[in-house]
Amino acid sequence: MKKSYLKSSLISMAIALAGISNAQAAETIKVGILHSLSGTMAISETTLKDTMLMLIEEQNKKGGLLGKQLEPVVVDPASNWPLFAEKGRELLSQHKVAAIFGNWTSVSRKSVLPVVEELNGLLFYPVQYEGEESSKNVFYTGAAPNQQAIPAVDYLMNDIGVKRWVLAGTDYVYPRTTNKILEAYLKAKGVADKDIMINYTPFGHSDWQSIVSDIKKFGSTGVKTAVVSTINGDANVPFYKELGNQGLSAEDIPVVAFSVGEEELSGIDTKPLVGHLAAWNYFMSVDDEANSNFISEWKAFIKNDKRVTNDPMEAHYIGFNMWVKAVEKAGTTNSDAVQEAIIGVSVPNLTGGYSSMLPNHHVTKPVLIGEIQGNGQFEVVWQTSGLVAGDAWSDYLPGSKDIISDWRAPLSCGNYNVKTAKCSGQNYE
Amino acid sequence: MAKLITWILLIIGITVVSLNPTYASGHPIADAAELLKSKKFTDKYRAIELLEAEGSEQAEKILIALQESRLYYLKRDKKLIILAPDAEPLTATNALTHEDIGPIKKSAAKKISLNNRMRSQIRNVLAMMDLRNPLADKRLAAVNQMLDNPSAESATLIQTLLIDEQVPEIREAMEIVIALGKLTSGDKNERLTAVAVLDGNIHPAVRNGLRKLQQQTTDKAFAADIKQVLDNIQAKLQLYSLVENIFFGLSLGSVLVLAAIGLAITFGVMGVINMAHGELIMIGAYTTYVMQLLLPNDIGLSLLLSIPAAFVISGLVGIAIERGVIRFLYGRSLETLLATFGISLILQQTVRTIFSPLNRSVETPTWMSGSWEINSALSLTLNRLYIIAFCLLVFGVLYLVLKKSVLGLQVRAVSQNRAMARAMGVRSEWVDAMTFGLGSGIAGIAGVALSQLTNVGPNLGQAYIIDSFMVVVFGGVGNLWGTLVSGMGLGIANKFLEPWSGAVLAKILVLVFIILFIQKRPRGLFPQKGRAAEG
Repeated sequence: MKKSYLKSSLISMAIALAGISNAQAAETIKVGILHSLSGTMAISETTLKDTMLMLIEEQNKKGGLLGKQLEPVVVDPASNWPLFAEKGRELLSQHKVAAIFGNWTSVSRKSVLPVVEELNGLLFYPVQYEGEESSKNVFYTGAAPNQQAIPAVDYLMNDIGVKRWVLAGTDYVYPRTTNKILEAYLKAKGVADKDIMINYTPFGHSDWQSIVSDIKKFGSTGVKTAVVSTINGDANVPFYKELGNQGLSAEDIPVVAFSVGEEELSGIDTKPLVGHLAAWNYFMSVDDEANSNFISEWKAFIKNDKRVTNDPMEAHYIGFNMWVKAVEKAGTTNSDAVQEAIIGVSVPNLTGGYSSMLPNHHVTKPVLIGEIQGNGQFEVVWQTSGLVAGDAWSDYLPGSKDIISDWRAPLSCGNYNVKTAKCSGQNYE
Repeated sequence: MAKLITWILLIIGITVVSLNPTYASGHPIADAAELLKSKKFTDKYRAIELLEAEGSEQAEKILIALQESRLYYLKRDKKLIILAPDAEPLTATNALTHEDIGPIKKSAAKKISLNNRMRSQIRNVLAMMDLRNPLADKRLAAVNQMLDNPSAESATLIQTLLIDEQVPEIREAMEIVIALGKLTSGDKNERLTAVAVLDGNIHPAVRNGLRKLQQQTTDKAFAADIKQVLDNIQAKLQLYSLVENIFFGLSLGSVLVLAAIGLAITFGVMGVINMAHGELIMIGAYTTYVMQLLLPNDIGLSLLLSIPAAFVISGLVGIAIERGVIRFLYGRSLETLLATFGISLILQQTVRTIFSPLNRSVETPTWMSGSWEINSALSLTLNRLYIIAFCLLVFGVLYLVLKKSVLGLQVRAVSQNRAMARAMGVRSEWVDAMTFGLGSGIAGIAGVALSQLTNVGPNLGQAYIIDSFMVVVFGGVGNLWGTLVSGMGLGIANKFLEPWSGAVLAKILVLVFIILFIQKRPRGLFPQKGRAAEG
């Protein structure tokens, strides 16, 4: 008798507990934030974590989503690529988050991607990347190569008259793929082999003397030369310093960078860099109302008047608002419903236009070219006349020329070959 | 046509708006001033052209201010102003009337932005103006600027100026510009004399001009002549590039030696595998940053003061590590390795918490930036020259300390035979702490030097720890000379491999070489001899 009493009371307690936790879960919608807060990538990713916290707070002030409050779940994958997969699994299966916003490096994205696909989660990836990927569960709100690299090269070729090219990059997947695309593109435009110099350096390279001296020699043939730089992170500072010290100014040999933004410049003495270029989809200096609101909100949230905003932050702004809109449209946070609803969703970006989600899970964005100024900001010197649609599979690589991605029914395929009319199912390399 | 009408309308508009006392509207300077305020870069290009055509001293002043980013306009009345350089508080003069405006707030004015095309446009315009400048070095710079963009137009101008020019150096540069212009002349004799003048000149413009001529000419004998001249130039260039490569190697080597020399003491002399050595370098670099915050107006002085400050701070941290952790682990190298690795992570995260994970910006004093230009093919960057000298200085001082001072004697005694040294009354524990502090302090000094070359951030140390161990092991544990020779040698080897193999492969090749070398000679380049080394 006693025993069964104990048993039943235990069961009822368990039910009650489960009920409580259910009730709690029903009150909020959880949003996972998967950015490194320690290790090498903390320098870039901590800012994005703060951006997400700010966006969630703003949304909650507006009354939340579907009548519920949003609850951020922050985990730290510590710049350790395999840990991204573990933490991603923790977010999806343990915390049951409705969507994950996260990752910076491509290798970390490739690490977490199988987990997100397996558990049918949603991942919003905010950084410019090398393309050649389109997953059912990932939304790429950063730039694809055709939204950054190709327009930048067009600008140098047509407006500056560059005829000789140095493609300099850090030795990993993003620069290698981007440079492969750029090399194919330049050759298609009639640039000869001898007018292209390709150079790779290790992560965090700090001794640029010989390379800068080589660039100087390569650029002294009387033909306009430019450097297209996919040099990542820390290695940029000594690179630009060496350029300045060896007397190469932006007027002689301009450097257009794809990984140098306001945040990176805030840690550098920018005097030797003035006039060098960067290609992005957003600059803090863009004169737009939405942008100035965003900047003042950011400064108030982070309680520091000196903090800057940058391109990946705008990508999170776009991605988060798209997700909110898609959830409202679908009326649920269910992954499949949101995936269907989000295609075609259009939200304002921070440069005075609208960005929409395409069927290939990339977004439309304008491309801006800016020149570095003495105060660490960029002055926009050129921009595309309209929005550029992100292309998952490059048109300039032989392997991916015929491949398209379209996640709408009936195609529902991330890797569809239009020539053979087959869906390979291989959505990433 | 439509464009022309807009232009006329624009100029009429300007004429109506402009209320300038000295320059009547319609005057090119007043027009240019209006165009400069436009948002469109095409208007600004036009403004520079107007100023060039006008050519007065006032136009030059405006152009210089524009080039140096000191040209602003006031937000309230759109007056174009020139800010005085580096004045605190900001003072300004009216760009058109010279009228003093006095101190202004930065927020009250908007900068006239400029892009690269404008910068090179201005550079060329100013060079043209400077050709008649009374100062000789300005004229020389102007002629050299002409060399970068050779044109028939500038050649004829210089021809007329050559007659009055007295300074031989400038005359020489002018003759080269003229010869370059004559390379394309129709007269064969003129071309021949031009080639003769250019023989042996290593300026890239000369090379390009000759190469173009070589391809165009149909005269075989003439082409052979040009080839001879080009070959001479090439031989000269190769010599300079060899010198340059050696310099690059020495400078990379000096960085390696600086980073490793502290380790040569803690690891080499004491036998402690200190994985936190890199973080002690990082602390030195952050000390430079903090010193700069304390003395924001005197970057050079703050850098000099950072050297003793970094030595003391890194040294104290080192002593704390030795007293707190390492002394309990002497003789257990694996545990020391793990414990110091843990300390390195703690130090990194501490710095992240205090200074944020972002890199901090350390400015380079002006006397350390730029380069010493020997000729157009060879210029040595100043910061690297200073660091080579600094490295040798640190090495010399450290060598003297170890060989001539009482501390040095005790350090050597303890490292050779601890028990015997204690028997002679040496306080071996105190010596251990001091030695570790000395090695750590030197690491801090290396951090000051590195802050001038690379990023000051929490990961600074990690980048150098492997290289440091490599240098010490290769040079021979416990030998300062070995560290110097191996650091410099590895630097030079790296720089000679790099152009041929690329930076990534060069590093790998050097590493493979060291591994093979250690197989043959496990004690490095300069092994310690004697009984102490056997123990």
